[in-house]
Amino acid sequence: MDKFNVIIVGAGLAGLGAAYTLAGSGLEVLILERGDYPGAKNVTGGRLYVNPVRDLFPGLFEKAPLERFITREGVTLMAKERSTSFNYSGNELRTEPHQSYSVLRAKFDRWLAEQVEEKGAMVLSKIRVDDIIEDHGKIAGVVAGGDELRADVVIACDGVLSLLSEKAGLRSPASTRNFALGIKEVITLNSGVINDRFALNGDEGAAHLFVGEVTRGKFGGGFLYTNRESLSLGVVVGIEDAMDAKLPVEIPALLEAFKSRPEIAPLIKGGSSVEYSAHVIPEGGFKAMGNLYGNGILAAGDAAGLALNIGFTVRGMEYALASGYFAAQTVLKAREAGNFSAVALSIYKRLLEESFVLQDAKNFQETPAVLSNPRVFTHYPEMIGNLMKDIYAVPAGPKSSLYPTLRKHVGLSELWNIFKDLREVMKI
Amino acid sequence: MSETVDMKAKLGLNVFKPAAVPHIKIKQGMERDPRLTSALRLCPAGLYSVNESGEVVLATIDGCLECGTCRLACGTEVLEWDYPEGGTGVQYRFG
Repeated sequence: MDKFNVIIVGAGLAGLGAAYTLAGSGLEVLILERGDYPGAKNVTGGRLYVNPVRDLFPGLFEKAPLERFITREGVTLMAKERSTSFNYSGNELRTEPHQSYSVLRAKFDRWLAEQVEEKGAMVLSKIRVDDIIEDHGKIAGVVAGGDELRADVVIACDGVLSLLSEKAGLRSPASTRNFALGIKEVITLNSGVINDRFALNGDEGAAHLFVGEVTRGKFGGGFLYTNRESLSLGVVVGIEDAMDAKLPVEIPALLEAFKSRPEIAPLIKGGSSVEYSAHVIPEGGFKAMGNLYGNGILAAGDAAGLALNIGFTVRGMEYALASGYFAAQTVLKAREAGNFSAVALSIYKRLLEESFVLQDAKNFQETPAVLSNPRVFTHYPEMIGNLMKDIYAVPAGPKSSLYPTLRKHVGLSELWNIFKDLREVMKI
Repeated sequence: MSETVDMKAKLGLNVFKPAAVPHIKIKQGMERDPRLTSALRLCPAGLYSVNESGEVVLATIDGCLECGTCRLACGTEVLEWDYPEGGTGVQYRFG
């Protein structure tokens, strides 16, 4: 029977972040991954914000296979027949070190796993963990492929559903309200074509979010990220919002409709879809998190519910990397003390609380409630679109004055509603 | 599945390694449970359908994207749900 110091379940960013930090410390670290290779089961929108994790992994991101650094940000309020867009770009986004990069996970995670292996940790792929081993109330290892693998401590990095955390009693079976479903296509295009279509130079990239009709007014939105030689185009929709008869179409049809929108179709024209993926995303924030640790176990990344959607920025990967890092630091401290009980492992929570991980989660804990306001997804895209329509319209006869046009769309009751919605936004 | 989506072609883009046993099953006697109806519209791979006798069926699991939406939306009282065996199922090349 094998005994390791640490068993990490899942070679995603949390698991690899933990292993990278632990490798080279003299501990025997085993990572178990159910995919053919690290990254085979992992999906992002997506983009990685590097600033919060750069110092935790010195020198790592400079040589990482990232896609493009994002220099153009955009949001579109998508109404049924029109849309209003807001774009941002600034010199700071073009200046090194770059704030964020588009990422393709199969490539990135595979590379990171190679770095982890070079540092001395063992990564075993094609192995599904089936159960946990519990000894006298303490997690003592895992069962995988019929074998019992024992360790001082297990780090559950098994993703958003985290069956392991559920089995270990760290959290109860998930509630639909706290999760969204993301579906995505990767569409290949020549890098020069991408640069021309999105007004980019060299390795610059664009990120764009779409709100409104793309989810038929339900919680969620569309996203578009430029990679080096492909686009990541997808739709995210709240699972509870999409259940029963609330969403009038089937989920896959949302992406097809999004692709054929006049705002999107010319951007993907001539490209070929090379992959279709789906992934669930934690959306509940701080209030929906389960326990982060127990006797002999820690949970990190999506498995711990660490993701943050605040409308303009949608984040998860840097929380995974950082929580992996802090889980590793916790293990090193617990090993010094020779104690892996829940009490000893509780430093993990303190380390996360002192870092951006739980500080962000707490600061933005009201966002899921605020963003669940249906007016964001239905009313505002239409109202602002209709206002824009009249502002830009030049009729055959005389054009109406600007102020009455504005008042036609934004009357007193509308102003009062905007005020009420803004008052909610003030909570975040 | 909706006629506007050619799901077969879409799933055909992916690298998929079939497993010996399906990792998701509708529990026996639950085929008419209303909780399953969410899966008909939510499954991004369109794997759930209704047969002639009005039961929800999972004709094949091949193509499953392993997102977990059906586990969340329908629950484990109606679904037997696990990830596929190691080294099987969808293998994302881009992700």
